[in-house]
Amino acid sequence: MKAQFATKHPAVAPRFETGERVRVRKSAPLGHIRTPFYIRGHVGEIERFCGCFPNPEELAQMRSGLPAQPLYRVRFKQKDVWPGYRGADADVVEIEIYQHWLEPA
Amino acid sequence: MGGLPAGKVERTEHDYPEWERRVDAMVQLLRGGGKITVDELRKNIEGLPPQAYDQLSYYEKWISSLTQTLIQRGVITTEELGRKMEDLERRGR
Repeated sequence: MKAQFATKHPAVAPRFETGERVRVRKSAPLGHIRTPFYIRGHVGEIERFCGCFPNPEELAQMRSGLPAQPLYRVRFKQKDVWPGYRGADADVVEIEIYQHWLEPA
Repeated sequence: MGGLPAGKVERTEHDYPEWERRVDAMVQLLRGGGKITVDELRKNIEGLPPQAYDQLSYYEKWISSLTQTLIQRGVITTEELGRKMEDLERRGR
């Protein structure tokens, strides 16, 4: 699968394809985490593979963040995310999430 | 913010005071020079006590976080910072 951005670091192998359904891990460790709380535990679909980037959780602790982690843009239905959502059924929210926060759904 | 209720989004442009421009410049230079990462800055903003997080302005959060980051990186020491702050306070009187 082609990445949106080229990778210039040693990287973990990507394991998800565009269109694949994934569940965001429902976990709350300490530290700087880019995965929003409100999306943890929800199921979405891989919209694109963005590329591999140094892990921000490690960078925040002054380490290299290598090997780089695959990053995906994941699409979720708004009505699945927000209880009582009043917008259109087709409304989506797209979030960029690192691979180690995703598992097959 | 993070799915919690928040205030109205201010859509009008506004001018930045000189100190805010300086904070921005310091952050850009330190990031560009590879001395710090944006992720450390974010970690240290998130590490502010909840009351400070709610009350500090955008650039007040940045300068608090940048200071913490520079201490963690060993660029400045807590003692140097404290003494400089005392100096400035005396000059301001």
